[in-house]
Amino acid sequence: MKRNDTEFAEISPSEFFYRNRDLAGFSNPSRALYSAVRELFENSLDACEIYGKVPDILVRITPLDLDTSIPDPKAYMIKVQDNGPGVDPRYVPKAFGQVFFGSKFQLRQTRGMFGMGGTMAILYGQITTNKPVSITTSIDGVQAFTFDLLIDVQENAPIILRKASHPAEGSTGIMVKLTLEGDYSRAYGKILDYFKQSAMVTPYANITFINPYGHLSIYERVTKVMPVPPKETLLHPYGMDVEAVRRLIKRSNEDSMVRFMSKNFHRVGEKIARKFINYSGFDQDRDPKTLSNDEITKFVRALHRYEDFLQPDASCLSPIGEEILMTGIKKELQPEFIATTVRPPSAYSGFPFIVEVGLAYGSKILPRGLKLFRFANRIPLLYDEANDVASKVLNEEIDWRRYKIPEEAPLAIIVHVCSTKIPYKTVGKEYLADRPELERELKNATREVLRKLSLYLSRKVSIEMDKRRFNIYGKYLPLVAKFSTELSGEKRLPDYKKLLDTKKVQRGIEEYT
Amino acid sequence: MDSKRPREGIANIRRREVKKLFKGLGKKVYSDIEEGKFPEIIFPSRSVRNIVYDEGLKQYILGNTSVKRSTHNIKHIRPFTQLIWLAFFVNKLVEQSKTSTLRDVFYSAQAYDVEFVDQAESDEIITDLEAVLSRAREDFNVYPEERSAIFGDLTIEYTVPGYEGKRLNLASHPDGYLIGPSLSTADFVDTSAEMVLAVEKGGLFTRFVEEKVHKRYKALVIDTAGQPPRSTRYMLKRLNHELGLPVYVLTDGDVYGEHIAMVIISGSANAAHLRELTVPSGKWIGVWGSDIVKYKLPSNSLTDLDIKRVHELKRDPRYKGGVWQRELDVFLKIRKKSELEAFAKYGLTTITDKYLPEKLDVAKSL
Repeated sequence: MKRNDTEFAEISPSEFFYRNRDLAGFSNPSRALYSAVRELFENSLDACEIYGKVPDILVRITPLDLDTSIPDPKAYMIKVQDNGPGVDPRYVPKAFGQVFFGSKFQLRQTRGMFGMGGTMAILYGQITTNKPVSITTSIDGVQAFTFDLLIDVQENAPIILRKASHPAEGSTGIMVKLTLEGDYSRAYGKILDYFKQSAMVTPYANITFINPYGHLSIYERVTKVMPVPPKETLLHPYGMDVEAVRRLIKRSNEDSMVRFMSKNFHRVGEKIARKFINYSGFDQDRDPKTLSNDEITKFVRALHRYEDFLQPDASCLSPIGEEILMTGIKKELQPEFIATTVRPPSAYSGFPFIVEVGLAYGSKILPRGLKLFRFANRIPLLYDEANDVASKVLNEEIDWRRYKIPEEAPLAIIVHVCSTKIPYKTVGKEYLADRPELERELKNATREVLRKLSLYLSRKVSIEMDKRRFNIYGKYLPLVAKFSTELSGEKRLPDYKKLLDTKKVQRGIEEYT
Repeated sequence: MDSKRPREGIANIRRREVKKLFKGLGKKVYSDIEEGKFPEIIFPSRSVRNIVYDEGLKQYILGNTSVKRSTHNIKHIRPFTQLIWLAFFVNKLVEQSKTSTLRDVFYSAQAYDVEFVDQAESDEIITDLEAVLSRAREDFNVYPEERSAIFGDLTIEYTVPGYEGKRLNLASHPDGYLIGPSLSTADFVDTSAEMVLAVEKGGLFTRFVEEKVHKRYKALVIDTAGQPPRSTRYMLKRLNHELGLPVYVLTDGDVYGEHIAMVIISGSANAAHLRELTVPSGKWIGVWGSDIVKYKLPSNSLTDLDIKRVHELKRDPRYKGGVWQRELDVFLKIRKKSELEAFAKYGLTTITDKYLPEKLDVAKSL
């Protein structure tokens, strides 16, 4: 038998992404334009939030050729500018010009993972227009640096075409100008939805969007309250895989299994480590560096089987919170009634998550019937709604009849899941898998807000009834007074206002909102 | 016959009494409001369960159950207002000696921001006011539209405005006189009559006038025009009560005719709240079921509906015993019914010349 003579060549991560761009949301010019805007915008939001600065973000899409008669798809320049901390110019080429597998051993909730989406957008721009990306950054507000970069796909290395320094005009932050082939006429609906929905969960941000025709959409900041930024945490034992453990061992200096675990695993101290090592059958004093591949596999299997690890804590998560969620919904949907709920932290496979659900009822902006808004780590999810676990919950798990909501009334359910690892079903990051833990939390949260709405509706009815009652007394009591005066031969009307006062409506609808 | 005439006209006495009742009602409601209480009125319930038969009075009366209508109750305040408005409205009618039909009442309300959905609703409130005051609506000058007629030697004196003191003999016009508000409120001055003959049909009424029944039998003849309106029953009651005239009722020979007689004599369940519309001493003299056989009258077969009605009435306490129950049984047995006009087969005057005297004779034994 002839030896397989297929040539195996090493490919760079850049090349890998290039070949698999469909998976990352760059499958066609319309989707690519939308994804690129999203990735850059989200990087900016993340940067501001982690830095603790209320975001001011400008997004502008300009056609490269001003001749508007050129049909889509065509080259567009996306400019995204923020007021975040900026990126240290020393790291700019690597951060934007190289796709790298992050060796992150700590987790925290961010919109993107490892900034790969942004690099992907740059890569896509480069391969469709062969134009460099331009990055301007300032970390001190005094001096700014501008880089023009290309990515060497095969070498996975940045090519710096130009580097310049100039005054920063007092503001820190970053500005990215990216040219790519896009189809705005097909993408604009999603892009506008995206900004509108982003604004709903980031009412503390000023977002300005200028479309290719120069039209301006401004989403104004209505609060300066920002969610508490997430803390970085270690990986939880349930979330470990063989590769992760191998890397941890490689970089750790601990010479015993117990110390190794208590230093590198989330919510594992010496006591738990000792118990687990006993359970798994390894020697407590064994140097982890001496573990064979098979032993590492055995170790990971034991990690997943062991039932006495503590649940991950949620300090690495940053839920939007009821107050901000309410502010955002009020601002963007202007509903008659809002209810929100934040579920206690839960976990799946060692990854903590929190479900938040908001409800908006009765609005001139919303269409009639039910509308679902989905968010994951504060990213609006706009595609594949029907496959999302939230749709499944709303369609199959909720008994709508018991809430007695008028069918034709505008009703929005806003679902936010935050986690160190969102259980996306596909690489496209557009819909969430139906993990039982997640499904349960979504169901409970949705029921909570629906109960609040149901209560509001029934009280609204009774308040309207109170009012109607009062009007009835207000109409008839004076007549009774008048006719009895005439009948009895009295000269003046009796004081019926005392009686009327006792029927005054005491409850206001405000008490229930 | 002057001795039978009260010193003060009955109509006047009634009017004074009714006005007193209205004033009392007004004062009660007024002082309730002044004292910070939600006015309420308590009156006998007219629900079917509270309508009972009184053996002594031989009529349906209301039992002991009362209803409270309170302005405190959101469901009551509208009918309460309608009731107090009605009292106000009819009090003015009485003061001004004007009358109003049931329909007038319905429309009049609109001028005072008191609305009724339909006349059925205003009629209901009128009946409520009757129950509250224990007075028939005729006492507060509200009359139905339908009217029946009277003929015979009775001199009356009007009390209605413009006619006060004017007298009229009710034998002066052969078509008879409508028993309307002015006649109902008139005082009786003089009569030579010794009985009242109430007949169910206008045709027979005319025949009786032509055949001078009023003279031959010294009778006042009344056309009840089917089931008599309350003003006619009230008139019958007055003739019986004030002038002491016996009342005889002549109807078609069927179950419906028998019931017309019964309502004149014992009243209806609908008016169980009123005591002044019955003539307990009245007699039904025909046409009985047994007369159909005895006089060989042309007849029709009873329909299923007729038979059902017979069975209903057989269970009615008013029909217990006597001629009432006996004749119901006869109808059931012969399964026949005849109209008053059936006597015409034996000549137009047979009914007045032969049947009437015979039956009046029989009536003595009832």
